[in-house]
Amino acid sequence: MTKDECKQIVLDIIADIAPDEDLSHVKPGVRLRDQLQLDSMDFLDIVMELRKRHGIEVPEADYQQLASLDSSAEYLTPKFIALGK
Amino acid sequence: MPPATARIVITGVGLTAPNGNSLAEFRRNLLTGVAGIERMEIRYMGPQLAGVCHYDALRHQKKKEVRVGTRAGSISIYCAREALADSGLAWDAMPKDRVGIYLGITEHGNVETENEIYNISKFNYDTKYWSHYHNPRTVANNPAGETSLNLGVTGPAYTIGAACAAGNMGLVHAAQMLRLGEVDFALCGGVSESIHTFGIFAGFKSQNALATHDDPPKASRPFDLARNGIVISEGGCLYTLERLDDAQKRGAKIYAEIAGWHVNSDASDYVLPNPTRQAECIRAALARARLAPRDIHLVNTHATATPLGDIQECEAIRAVFGDGCPDTSINNTKSFIGHCMGAAGALELAGNLPSFDDLTVHPTINVDHLDPQCALPGLVLNQPRKVAKVDTILNNSFGMLGINSTLIVRRFGT
Repeated sequence: MTKDECKQIVLDIIADIAPDEDLSHVKPGVRLRDQLQLDSMDFLDIVMELRKRHGIEVPEADYQQLASLDSSAEYLTPKFIALGK
Repeated sequence: MPPATARIVITGVGLTAPNGNSLAEFRRNLLTGVAGIERMEIRYMGPQLAGVCHYDALRHQKKKEVRVGTRAGSISIYCAREALADSGLAWDAMPKDRVGIYLGITEHGNVETENEIYNISKFNYDTKYWSHYHNPRTVANNPAGETSLNLGVTGPAYTIGAACAAGNMGLVHAAQMLRLGEVDFALCGGVSESIHTFGIFAGFKSQNALATHDDPPKASRPFDLARNGIVISEGGCLYTLERLDDAQKRGAKIYAEIAGWHVNSDASDYVLPNPTRQAECIRAALARARLAPRDIHLVNTHATATPLGDIQECEAIRAVFGDGCPDTSINNTKSFIGHCMGAAGALELAGNLPSFDDLTVHPTINVDHLDPQCALPGLVLNQPRKVAKVDTILNNSFGMLGINSTLIVRRFGT
């Protein structure tokens, strides 16, 4: 699992939970909420889909790690690797 | 404060029915014998007969709204937007805190709860996979609340739980709130998403009240000797209601005036109807409207095609109308669309409103052999009937736990 693959996984989830958004210009270093119409329930959706699709748990204390694609990849990639992905 | 007797009028209609997504399409199909029943895969049960709506949800909602919200919310938003457009109201200029949304529902939350239980069944029933959307989706005010979000309405928006009498109740409640001066403009009626819960189908099947038929459009057959139960349907119908002076001030088209209503309870059984109370309900609505039975030109029945229920409603109608109402026609809209539950009363009224203009009564279809116990004078069967006069429509809608509602509308100006 590379960080770019990890970002794509997060983007795929966002594509499903925010289907009206154009994701082609998402800036990896910018907070997702600053460039997309995402609210707190949507972030809970990201957490839920990581759990359902990939068996990844994100504790509430770590939600801020999902703020941007870059920070998500930093945080999630080791978790994927630890699961052997 | 408006007067307690302020006249209330219908100025817009928005609907989705299993056989039409606008009043014009719905009416056309009611006059040409086009039913809207099909087979639908129901979880755990396989294909079942159902009335399915085929409106375009994305006409008035974003994809995310559809994903996050409920089917009842989506139906409600579609109907509300269509009714508003039909009303011709200058919506942008309307103070949104003076708008009320009053929606009749038979039930709400079964669909969403079943979906979540099915979802966690895929995860060994671990509740950490239960959706955080469950509560906003299942609160009883959900469809009204979703509509308020979509429209930016900040006035009262809630549902009225009244089993299958609920569609009428939405209108009745709105008329009451307009007369009280609580709001100046109301979106009201009824909605149902019930075909998406297997529990409703399984419940009626266990009650031996679920219709079966080889040919889906012929499955819903009130008053026919071979009727064998209810066809469950989804749908919605919302009206815009206003006080007459407001409607006239803005030059609104007026579909009808609310003439009278009554709501009562059987207090006799969980599921079995009570013709005595139904007759009382009809008589009380007539009294409020200051009309005699012979003044009613069209009675739209609630009959759902259960063997006993149809007979009992006919008994109630016979008790009130007898043989002395030669100008009263009687029909049934469920024969086309099945039982739209919380939307039934509102949709069935809408299907008949055009009679004021075209002087035609849509028929009850699928009556091959009329049950003698349902042979009311004035029944319009299988073919539409031209009549000399339609100035009044009486709409029955009854529900489980013995709730009865009768709503009477009159052609404006009569």
